[in-house]
Amino acid sequence: MQSLKMQHHALPVGGGALARQASEPGRASLSDSGDAFVRFSDIQKTYDGEALVVKNLNLDIARGEFLTMLGPSGSGKTTTLMMLAGFEVPTQGNIFLEGRSIQNVPPHKRDIGMVFQNYALFPHMTVEENLAFPLKVRKLAKAEIETKIKCALDLVRLGAHGKRRPGQLSGGQQQRVALARALVFDPKLVLMDEPLGALDKQLREQMQLEIRRIHEDLGVTVVYVTHDQGEALTMSDRIAVFSDGVIQQIAAPAELYERPQNAFVAQFIGENNRLHGKVVAMNGATCKVEIPGAGNVQALVVNVEAVGLPTVLSLRPERVRLNPAPGSLPNVFSAQVAEVIYLGDHVRARISVCGQDDFVIKLPNSEGLVQLEAGAAITIGWTAEDCRALEPS
Amino acid sequence: MATVAVQVAGGSDGIPLRLKLQRVEHRRTLGAFTLVLPVVLFVLIAFVWPIGRMMFNAIHDDTLLTLMPRTTSALSAWDGKDLPNEGAYAALVEDLKQSWAQKTTGVIAKRINYELPGAGGQLTFSARKVSTVSAGSYKAALIEVNPLWGQHDIWSVLKRGHSAYTGYYLLRSIDYQYGAEGQIVASPPQNAIFRDVFLRTFGISLGVTAATLLLGFPVAYLLATLPARTSNLLMIMVVLPFWTSALVRTAAWGVLLQDHGVINDVLIGLHIISRPAELIFNRVGTVVAMTHIQLPFTLLPIYSVMKTISPSYVRAARSLGAGPFYAFWKVYFPQTLPGVAAGCLLTFILCLGYYITPALVGGPADQMVSYFVAHYTNEDLNWGMASALGAILLAATLLLYYVYNKLVGVDRLKMG
Repeated sequence: MQSLKMQHHALPVGGGALARQASEPGRASLSDSGDAFVRFSDIQKTYDGEALVVKNLNLDIARGEFLTMLGPSGSGKTTTLMMLAGFEVPTQGNIFLEGRSIQNVPPHKRDIGMVFQNYALFPHMTVEENLAFPLKVRKLAKAEIETKIKCALDLVRLGAHGKRRPGQLSGGQQQRVALARALVFDPKLVLMDEPLGALDKQLREQMQLEIRRIHEDLGVTVVYVTHDQGEALTMSDRIAVFSDGVIQQIAAPAELYERPQNAFVAQFIGENNRLHGKVVAMNGATCKVEIPGAGNVQALVVNVEAVGLPTVLSLRPERVRLNPAPGSLPNVFSAQVAEVIYLGDHVRARISVCGQDDFVIKLPNSEGLVQLEAGAAITIGWTAEDCRALEPS
Repeated sequence: MATVAVQVAGGSDGIPLRLKLQRVEHRRTLGAFTLVLPVVLFVLIAFVWPIGRMMFNAIHDDTLLTLMPRTTSALSAWDGKDLPNEGAYAALVEDLKQSWAQKTTGVIAKRINYELPGAGGQLTFSARKVSTVSAGSYKAALIEVNPLWGQHDIWSVLKRGHSAYTGYYLLRSIDYQYGAEGQIVASPPQNAIFRDVFLRTFGISLGVTAATLLLGFPVAYLLATLPARTSNLLMIMVVLPFWTSALVRTAAWGVLLQDHGVINDVLIGLHIISRPAELIFNRVGTVVAMTHIQLPFTLLPIYSVMKTISPSYVRAARSLGAGPFYAFWKVYFPQTLPGVAAGCLLTFILCLGYYITPALVGGPADQMVSYFVAHYTNEDLNWGMASALGAILLAATLLLYYVYNKLVGVDRLKMG
C-alpha cells in the first residue's frame, strides 16, 4: 500500500484514494481512476427525507486493500457499508464493483461476504452447516463443499469444532466461524461491521492480528467498520475517518496519526492538545500563531489560509518535552503540574500552560521514575513540526 | 487444599460450612415459600382437589354397594353361570323393601338403567310389589313379579356393584361396555357415539389450529418487522377482540352468518348466490367462530419469538447468496418454530375444551366433548360419564403437553 499516499483532501489524484467534502465541486479527476475495485460515486443517503446520513460520498477502494471506515456512532459508516452490501439503497449516486454498477443487483447476487456485529451465525445449524450454507446455495458438489469447509475451518483454526452448534462456542470462536463463513465461498469482497465489538480486550487484540493475517494470506479485499481507533490503526491499509456523513480524511494509519488534516481527525485519532489562537505571520511551511494571554507559537501550516484567521493548534501529548535545553526548541513555555497519573509504561500529567488547565503530557517511563509532583513548576517545549495549525472545526 | 480444609473443618466458630450454607438457604427457601403459599392453597382448593374428586367419579361408584348391600354381598359368591341361588333372591327382597321404605329405589333404578336400559323401571315396579312376596321361594315369586329377575344380565350388573370401583364409565367413553357375562364388548351402535365425538373434537381443534396458524403467521411476521409506531397500531387491532368476551364474539358471528345475516344478504345482493348459503349451525360456522377467538392465542407466542430474531440472520443469509424466499425458509422460519409450536399447542389445547361456541353456532353434528360433559353434568346428572369423558380429555391434553415438552421443551414456551 506504499503507493497509496495520502493526498491533500482538496486535490484528489488518480490511482489512489480520494475523499472530498460535500462542499467541494468538480469530479473530473475521478475519471482518471478507472481501475478502482469498488467505487462510491456521489452517494447520498437519507432515511427520513430530511437529514442526510451520508453526504456526497466519493470513495475508491483498490483490489486487495484493507480499508477501515472509522468514526463515532451516527457518522454514516455503517450505512455506507450496508449500501455496499445491498441492504440499503442510496438516495442518490451509484456504487460500482469492478467497474459495473451494482445499483440493481440484489444482495444475494453481489458475491460479497459479510461479518456482522453479533456474528449472525444460524443458531439452528451446526458450524459445518453454517459454512455449507453459501456453498449449497451455489449448488457446489458435495465433495467440493467438504473440502472448502475443511479449508475454511483450518484457516480460522477451528478444525475440531465443525459438529458443534454456535451456542456451544465461545464468543471468540463464534467470531472465527462468522469469519470463515464470510470467506468460504471466495467472495470478491468481505465486509465487516464492527465484528470484534462484543469481545473482551485481550481476545479483540488477538483477533485483530488473526484477521490481518487472513487478509494477507488470501489477498481478499476487506472493508471494515469500527469505532475503535486502535483497531483501525492495527489492521488497516487505509483508514477513512467518518464524521457527520462526510469522510474527514482518508489515509494510511501512520499518516493519519502523524498528519491529521483537520481538528476532528486530530481529536478522534489518539490524544490531542488543542490551543486556540490567531495566525499572525505566515512563513512558508511554518507560521506564527498568537495564543491570547500566552504569547506566540511556531507551528506547521496544515490548512490555515491567511494571516489574521483563527486556528486550532494540535499537539500530541507524547511530543511535548519536559525541561528542554535552552534554545533547542522554538516553543518553550513555563507550566505548572496540576495532576500526575502513574500508568506503568508512562506517566501522564495534566498541566496548566498557555492559559489552559487541561493540557496533557505523556512522559515515557523508560529511565526510572519521572520526578513530577502536583504543584511543581516546570518548563515544556515542542518543535514547530509537531504543532499543527488546523482550520477550526 | 486450603479450600478443602475449610469445607471440612468449618470457620473459626467450628460450624461446618455445609451447615452454614444450609441455614442461609433454608431461610431463603422459607421466604420464597411464604410468598407462594396463598396461590398454592388457592390452586389446591379450587383446582386440584375438585378436579381430582371429579376424576375419581370416573372410576368410583358405590350406589349399588351402599343401597343394595345384602344383594351385592350375597352375589359375591355367585359363579355367574346360572341364576343365583335362593339366598341372593332373599337378599334382593330385603334390599328392595328397604329401598322402597327409604325412597332410594329411584337412585338404584337410574344406576341400573345406565347399563341395562329399561331395567330400572322394572326394578321400581318390583320394589313396589315386593311387599306381597313372603317367605318361601323368593326366586319363583320374584320372577313371577317381574321376568327381569329370571334374566342373567341384571344379576351380572348387581354382582359388579359389589365393588365400589367400576370401569364402566371409562369403557362407555370409548364405546365399550360389559356384556352379559361381565366381559368387555363393543357398545351397540345407538350408544357408540363417543369415539366419533373425540375424533370430531380433535378434528375441529386441528382445523382451527391450522387456520389460526395460516392466518396468524404472516400477521405476526408483519408485527415483528414493522417500525414500532405502525406495529403498535396493528397490535391493538389484533388484541382488541381479545378483550371482548368469547360469548359476545360468538353471538356476533351468529348475526353475521345466519341465513338473513350480513354475509348472506351481501352475497345475494351482489347476485353471487341466489339462495342463502348455510354458514351457521354447521361445521363452517363452528370453525370460523373458533378461529376468530383463537387467533391471538396462536399469533402472540409466534410474534414474541419473532421479535427476538435479529434481522441480521436474514441479511447474513442474503449476503451468503440466498434469495429472499430461500433465506426466509431455511434461516428465518426454523427459528420461529418454538413460537409456532407454543402457539399451536396453546390453541389446540384450548380448542379441545370448547363448549359455548359449538353450542351457539354449531349444529348437532358439531358438538364437542365438552358439550357431552355439560350434558351429563347438568341434564342427566350422570357424573360418572361426565368425569370419564373429562378424564380422557385431560389425559389427552397432558399427553400432548408431554410430547411438546420432549420435542420443543416447555422452557421455550413464550406467551405474548
